[in-house]
Amino acid sequence: MTYLAKPKLHHPGLDKNTLGYTRRDYEGAISTLCAGCGHDSISAAIIQACFELELPPHRIAKLSGIGCSSKTPTYFLGSSHGFNSVHGRMPSVLTGANLANRDLIYLGVSGDGDSASIGFGQFAHSLRRGVNMVYIVENNGVYGLTKGQFSATADKGSKSKKGAINADAPIDLVAMALQLGASFVARGFSGDKTQLVPLIKAALLHPGAAFLDVLSPCVAFNNHPGSTKSYDYVREHNEAVNYLDFITPRSEITAQYPPGSVEEVMQHDGSVVRLRKLHADYDPHDRIAAMSYLQQHQIAGEVVTGLLYVDPQPDELHAHLNTVDMPFNQLAESELCPGSAALQKFNAALR
Amino acid sequence: MKATDIAAPDYFHRVVDCQWACPAHTPVPEYIRLIAQGRYGDAYLINWKSNVFPGILGRTCDRPCEPACRRGRVEEGNGEKPEPVAICRLKRVAADYKDDIRARLPRPAAARNGKRVALIGAGPSSLTVARDLAPLGYEVVLFDGDARAGGMIRTQIPRFRLPEAVIDEEVGYVLDLGVDFRAGQRIDSLTQLLRENYDAVFVGTGAPRGRDLDIPGRREAAANIHIGIDWLSSVSFGHIDRIGRRVIVLGGGNTAMDCCRSSRRLGGEDVKVVVRSGFDEMKASPWEKEDAMHEGIPILNFMVPKAFTHEHGKLTGVLFEKVAAQYDDRGRRQLLPTGEPDVHLPCDDVLVAIGQENAFPWIERDLGIEFDKWGMPVVDKVTLRSTHPRVFFGGDAAFGPKNIIWAVAHGHEAAVSIDKLCHGEDLHQRPAPGVSLTSQKMGIHEWSYDNAVSGDVRYRVPMKENRIALKDIKVEVELGFDPKLAFAEAQRCLNCDVQTVFTPKLCIECDACVDICPMDCINFTDNGDEPALRQRLRAPADDPEQALYVSDALKITGHVMVKDEDVCLHCGLCAERCPTGAWDMQKFYLEMTHAGPGCRNKRREANPLPA
Ligand SMILES: Cc1cc2nc3c(=O)[nH]c(=O)nc-3n(C[C@H](O)[C@H](O)[C@H](O)COP(=O)(O)OP(=O)(O)OC[C@H]3O[C@@H](n4cnc5c(N)ncnc54)[C@H](O)[C@@H]3O)c2cc1C
Ligand SMILES: Cc1ncc(C[n+]2csc(CCOP(=O)(O)OP(=O)(O)O)c2C)c(N)n1
Ligand code: SF4
Ligand code: SF4
Ligand code: SF4
Ligand SMILES: [Mg+2]
Repeated sequence: MTYLAKPKLHHPGLDKNTLGYTRRDYEGAISTLCAGCGHDSISAAIIQACFELELPPHRIAKLSGIGCSSKTPTYFLGSSHGFNSVHGRMPSVLTGANLANRDLIYLGVSGDGDSASIGFGQFAHSLRRGVNMVYIVENNGVYGLTKGQFSATADKGSKSKKGAINADAPIDLVAMALQLGASFVARGFSGDKTQLVPLIKAALLHPGAAFLDVLSPCVAFNNHPGSTKSYDYVREHNEAVNYLDFITPRSEITAQYPPGSVEEVMQHDGSVVRLRKLHADYDPHDRIAAMSYLQQHQIAGEVVTGLLYVDPQPDELHAHLNTVDMPFNQLAESELCPGSAALQKFNAALR
Repeated sequence: MKATDIAAPDYFHRVVDCQWACPAHTPVPEYIRLIAQGRYGDAYLINWKSNVFPGILGRTCDRPCEPACRRGRVEEGNGEKPEPVAICRLKRVAADYKDDIRARLPRPAAARNGKRVALIGAGPSSLTVARDLAPLGYEVVLFDGDARAGGMIRTQIPRFRLPEAVIDEEVGYVLDLGVDFRAGQRIDSLTQLLRENYDAVFVGTGAPRGRDLDIPGRREAAANIHIGIDWLSSVSFGHIDRIGRRVIVLGGGNTAMDCCRSSRRLGGEDVKVVVRSGFDEMKASPWEKEDAMHEGIPILNFMVPKAFTHEHGKLTGVLFEKVAAQYDDRGRRQLLPTGEPDVHLPCDDVLVAIGQENAFPWIERDLGIEFDKWGMPVVDKVTLRSTHPRVFFGGDAAFGPKNIIWAVAHGHEAAVSIDKLCHGEDLHQRPAPGVSLTSQKMGIHEWSYDNAVSGDVRYRVPMKENRIALKDIKVEVELGFDPKLAFAEAQRCLNCDVQTVFTPKLCIECDACVDICPMDCINFTDNGDEPALRQRLRAPADDPEQALYVSDALKITGHVMVKDEDVCLHCGLCAERCPTGAWDMQKFYLEMTHAGPGCRNKRREANPLPA
C-alpha cells in the first residue's frame, strides 16, 4: 500500500465558517513530501489561515516555482487557481497574473533555492515593485528536491548531512526584503503554528508586497546536529519578538494582556492586527531599526521571528502604474482599444 | 494529567469499543479482518472460543457492541445516518461460510481429574460452563427438564430467526466434549442434588416465568389469553400451530416482538402490538421493532390495558386507557391519563408479553443460599458464587433476565471460579486477560492491516420477501450477508485494535501527525488537568468515557502529546507521516483467560527441595 487518500471523514464537531466550509474544504491532494517535512506544516497553516479568514477558495491564486516547497500548492486549497511555473520564475508569473486580474488574492510559494539562487533577481524585483501578494519562502537551507545541496540561505559554518562545512556567506531573505521595500516582512517557523497562522492571515490581508520567510526543516537532508535549520536548532535559538492575534473587524477582543505589552495595528481595510510584544523595545514600524536588530541577533546565532516590519499605509504596483480599478481581464475591446482616430493622433504627435 | 499507562490492559481494551462492550470480550476487529480475508473458519474459532455460539449469536445477539462501535461516532456529522459496523451479522457470516472446523475443537478429556460438577438447566450459561470445564477433565453432569439442550435459545427464540439446525450444531459441539447430559431430568430439590457430593453446582435455570396481567376479564376470557413465553415455547415444541385472525400483543420488549411476528405466521392477519410507554422507551431493540413493522405489524404506544372484554365466555377485545408521558420535577417519567375516551380494540387472541420472572421453588431455603427480598439469590457479581460455598449462579437465574451473551460471560466466569475452587484457590484473585501488542509495520507505508478507511454506509442484510417468509414459521427471514456484501461491510470496520502507540523520546514535534490526522485527534500542548485539557484541544473532547492518551513531557518544548481516542479512525496516517517512528500502529490482542491452568495462581513449589 502506498499513500492513502486522506479519509473524507472528519471530526463530528468540526466548525464551519460563514461560507459553509470546514477547514477540510481548504485542503488539497494528499502530500507526497517526506514524512515530517516542515513544508507540510506550512501547508496546514495556510489552510487554517484561509479557513479562518473565510476566504472563498476561488478568489485565491497560488503560484510557485520548482522544489519540494514549490510542490506544496497541490496539497492545499484544492479549489483555488494554481500555476506551477519554472524554477525561480514564480515572481514574474505572479506579477503578470496580478496585472491581468487585480481582484484575486495572490499567494506565491517558493523555496530558498527557488528564491535565493536561480530566482534571486525575480524575488528582488517583485518586492521592490510592491506587487500585492503574499510571498512565502519555505526555507530549509538546502535544495531538498535535488537531494540536499546547500542553498544560498545556509549559514556559513553549518554542516551538511554528510559532514561538509558550508564556506559561503548566507543570504538573509528577510534582510533583503526589508531593504527592497517590502511593506510587510515576517519570519515564522513551521513548528510553531501559534505564531505562523496569524502571520499568514495578516499577510493575506496586507494590501501590498508581504514577504514571509518560514523556517521549514528538511527532515531528509537538513535535520541533523550541525545544521542551523533543524527542528531542534530553530527551537533552541528562536528569538520571537512578538506573537500576533489577527483580528478582523467582526471578531471580539477577549484576551487579557498586561498593559504596555500589546500594540494594535490598524490595517488599510479596517482590520486590526494585535501584537503581543515579547520584546518591549521592538518597534515593527521602523524599517531601519528592524534591519539592525535582525543583524545583531543573527550574529549572536539567534533566529529572529515574528512580525518584523509592517507599513500600515502601503502602496502597491497598481497604484504606481495608475491602472484602472477594473481588472484588465474584464475590460472589453472597446475599453482597451482607443480606436484608429486616437492612434492617428498619437502617431502624429511623434512625427 | 499523568502520562497514560498503556501497559495496563484496560487502557487499549477500552479503545476497542466493541470488545470492551461485549460481555464476553470477543476480539471483534480480529475476526472481522479474517472475514474480509475469507478466512471464515479462523474467524469462527475466535468467536467460538470467546462466545461459544457464533452461529446462534450471529443471528440473535443483543449486540451491546454495536451501540458502542466507534464507526457510529465517526459517521456523525458526516452523512445521513451514522451506523455502527454490522458486527453481529458478520459473525453469522463466519458461521455460514466456515469449512468443517470440528477437527479444530477441543477433544473430550483423555483423563478425568476426579472432580464432579452438576449444571442445572441446559441454557447457554450452563453450556458455557460445560464447554470450559469438560475438556479439563471435569465430570460434567448437565440436567434439564426439557428433552433437548439449548434452554430458551431452543424454546423461545422463534425458528424464523434461528433455524433449529444451527442450535443443534453449536449445542452439539459442547455436548460432544464428553458432557453427561441428563435430558428430561428436572431438579426438584437442590438438597437432594447436593447430597450427591458434587464439588460444585451451577444453577443456570433461567427466568422461566412469564408475568401475567391481572385486570378484569382475565379469568373469563382465559381461553384466548396466553402468556407470551409459554405460548412461544408451545409453538416451538409444535403444540400450537394456529392463532386467531385478530391478535393483540401486550408489551414492548423483544418477547412481544417474537410473539407478534410468530402470530403473523400462524394465521394472524391483523396483528397489533400495544405498549404502555412511548415508542422510543420500548425495551425491544430498534432492529426488532423495525422487523416487526416491516411485516405489517403496527405498534401502538401510550395505551394502558384496562380490561379484557368478553361475550359468552369468549374474548372480544381489550379496552385501553390513553396516557401521556409527564415528567415530575425530579425528571422521573410518569404515565398519566390524557382524559381521552378509552379505546376498545377487538381481537380473537391476546398474547401477554410484559416481562419475565425468576422462580426457585426447588431450592430449599435452609441450604445456606441467601435470597433477597425480591426472591433473587444473593450472588457475587465477580465470582458468581452464592452464599453457599459450592453453589454458583449464572445467566438469567443470577441477576434476572438478560440475554445469551451475558449468560455466556457468566458461564466463563463461573467456570473460572469452579476451577479455582477445585484447586483450593481464592476465587477473588481473578486471572488477568492475555494481551499482546505487535507492530503492524511492514514497509514505509505498508501495514499488515488494511488501513484505508471505507466511506460506505452500513449494508443491509438481505431478507426473504414477506410473501414467502410469512407462510411458514420455519423459514428463516434473514438471508445473511453473502461473501461480497460481507467483505464490503467488513471494510467499514476501523480496526480499533490496531493502536496508535506513541514513543515520546523519538518525537521531534514536527507536527506532521497533527496536520495529517483527519479527525483532529492529536495535539501537542502544555499539560494541564483533565477537564481543562479536554476543552482546549484542537477539537474539544467532550466524552469523558473516551480516554485521553497523554505522553510524558517532550524534551525541548516541555509539551505533552495528547490524543483524544474518541473518533480516531486507526487509519495509521499519523504513523505514516511520522519521520522518526514516534508513532507506530500496534495490534492489541486481548483474550479473556478462561478456566484451566492459565486462570490459576502461579504456584509456589509444592515440595521444598530436599536439603
Ligand atoms: C421470547 C424470547 C426471545 C429471546 N430472544 C433473545 C435473542 O434474540 N437474543 C438473546 O441474546 N437473548 C434472547 N432471549 C433471552 C435469552 O434466551 C436468555 O437470556 C438466555 O437463554 C438465558 O440463558 P440461561 O443460561 O440463563 O438459561 P435459559 O436459556 O433460560 O435456560 C434455562 C434452562 O433451564 C431449564 N431448567 C429450569 N429449571 C430447571 C430445573 N429445576 N431443573 C432442570 N432444568 C431446569 C429450562 O428447561 C431451560 O432449558 C430471549 C428470551 C425470550 C423469552
Ligand atoms: C532551471 C532549473 N535548474 C535547476 C533545476 C533543479 N532543481 C530542482 S529543485 C531545485 C532546488 C530547489 O530548492 P528549494 O527551492 O530550496 O526547494 P526545496 O526542495 O528545498 O523545498 C533545483 C536546483 C531545475 N528544476 N530547473
Ligand atoms: S527532501 Fe526535504 S524538503 Fe523535500 S520533501 Fe523531503 S524533507 Fe521536505
Ligand atoms: S469499528 Fe470495528 S473495531 Fe471499531 S468498534 Fe466498530 S467493529 Fe469494533
Ligand atoms: S490513526 Fe492517527 S491519523 Fe488516523 S485518525 Fe487516528 S490519530 Fe488520526
Ligand atoms: Mg530549500
